[in-house]
Amino acid sequence: MSLFDSFLIRAALAGLGVALAAAPLGCFVVWRRMAYFGDATAHASILGVALALSFQTSVFTGVLVVSLLMATTVSTLSSRGFAMDTLLGVLAHSALAFGLVAVSFLQGVRIDLMAYLFGDILAVGRLDLAVIWGGALLVLALLWWRWSALLTATLNPDLAYAAGIDPRREQLVLTIALALVVAVAIKVVGVLLIAAMLIIPAATARPFAATPERMALIAAVIGGVSALGGLQLAFAFDTPTGPTIVCLAATLFTLSSLSSLLVQNFRI
Amino acid sequence: MSLVTLQNLTIRHSGNPVLSAVNFHIHAGEIVTVVGPNGSGKSTLLRAIIGAVRPSSGQIIRAKGLRLGYVPQKLHIDPTLPLTVRRFLSLPLRIANSVANQALEQAGAGKLADQQMAQLSGGQFQRVLLARALLCNPQLLILDEATQGLDQPGSAAFYQQIETVRQQLGCAVLMVSHELHVVMAASDRVICLNGHVCCEGEPEHVASAPEYRALFGSGTHGALALYRHEHNHRHDHDCTLEHEAAQ
Repeated sequence: MSLFDSFLIRAALAGLGVALAAAPLGCFVVWRRMAYFGDATAHASILGVALALSFQTSVFTGVLVVSLLMATTVSTLSSRGFAMDTLLGVLAHSALAFGLVAVSFLQGVRIDLMAYLFGDILAVGRLDLAVIWGGALLVLALLWWRWSALLTATLNPDLAYAAGIDPRREQLVLTIALALVVAVAIKVVGVLLIAAMLIIPAATARPFAATPERMALIAAVIGGVSALGGLQLAFAFDTPTGPTIVCLAATLFTLSSLSSLLVQNFRI
Repeated sequence: MSLVTLQNLTIRHSGNPVLSAVNFHIHAGEIVTVVGPNGSGKSTLLRAIIGAVRPSSGQIIRAKGLRLGYVPQKLHIDPTLPLTVRRFLSLPLRIANSVANQALEQAGAGKLADQQMAQLSGGQFQRVLLARALLCNPQLLILDEATQGLDQPGSAAFYQQIETVRQQLGCAVLMVSHELHVVMAASDRVICLNGHVCCEGEPEHVASAPEYRALFGSGTHGALALYRHEHNHRHDHDCTLEHEAAQ
């Protein structure tokens, strides 16, 4: 019996993979105020599930294609000056609704909708694990490669132009990375909670970081701790795993905010 | 040989012309100031030169291997982004500590390296932006209303810093400003812009041009006169009135 035969080990590795990729990407989502953008992309992916099942391709491919489409649509519309919060509110929820309706049209396939909405980390197989880690490493490599250019474009598009960086290309890099994270995270935390894995670890790390790199690193640690700890807690209390992971992350966020508040008050 | 030449540059935003048929050039070592009312296309002109806006027609010719330093009009740093001054200077290219410190010294921001960007005052922030623009040892320094939000002594000090920098580096300076009396005195050439080049030339020439008067009224001519008089009668506060009465 090899190590990967235990479903708990596979679940732990899957959670860790998603957390490691989501945390540094989540920092950009926070810095660029793209939280809703992450939500819209994730919610659209349920439509990808429906399409994948009806065309009998892998769920990963379906989700990847649809979330790429969604992310590109949103970033194109945003550069044309639409009111972003309204637009994203419309797109995120209508994509989710259309996805749910499309799933109900599927005949002959009985799918466990809950597994896609909230994730089913305990059912992660060897192939899923390979896909998750492949996607996670790809996202990390992409961020590593473009890190400086991404940061410059995040600071100010004109500064980027002056340095010979095209901010639209960097936006595209983030869009692709986001779609990849959504596609690999759907099995772990489900479409409704993916945005939480992006944003909460990054927001928790903020008070403890002086540079962007340190924030990404601390966020990755917090994401990893939430994934492993959440898995353990879910096992101990027999609670749904994905939500438990997010609950733990949210608790860490509260502690972090409180402690930074205390530090500030004592300093003054 | 000029560093940047614009030939018949026209830029439209969603169909409306922002700049039409602008011809412009800047030589090495020159200080050129662009003045014009709000919405006259000043910032668009600078953004076209750095490559952030594509021309609808016409040409932008940059000297080969031109090193550009750009100080933006405003830079909002989101409080969620932790960023020290030192790390900010290493974007996008990592630079050595010695280079960073030298640039900070030149910009008059010597002791700020470990500060968080979000906690700098307005004047400190502009100096850090200037330091960042100096990193590449620019041949052309571009400033877009760099003293917006600074009080008068603050902006005067900032302009002095820029003159010092220009003397040290010998770079050309292209800037946009509202503060006519300060800027025009320091400039070799002034361009008055309002969708097109209304007039251009030496500061005195532009200030007395009818096109310029039509845009800014004669009140600003008084401001220029105030500057001229300051060299001779530093403490004579009535000099403006006398001067304008003499017109």
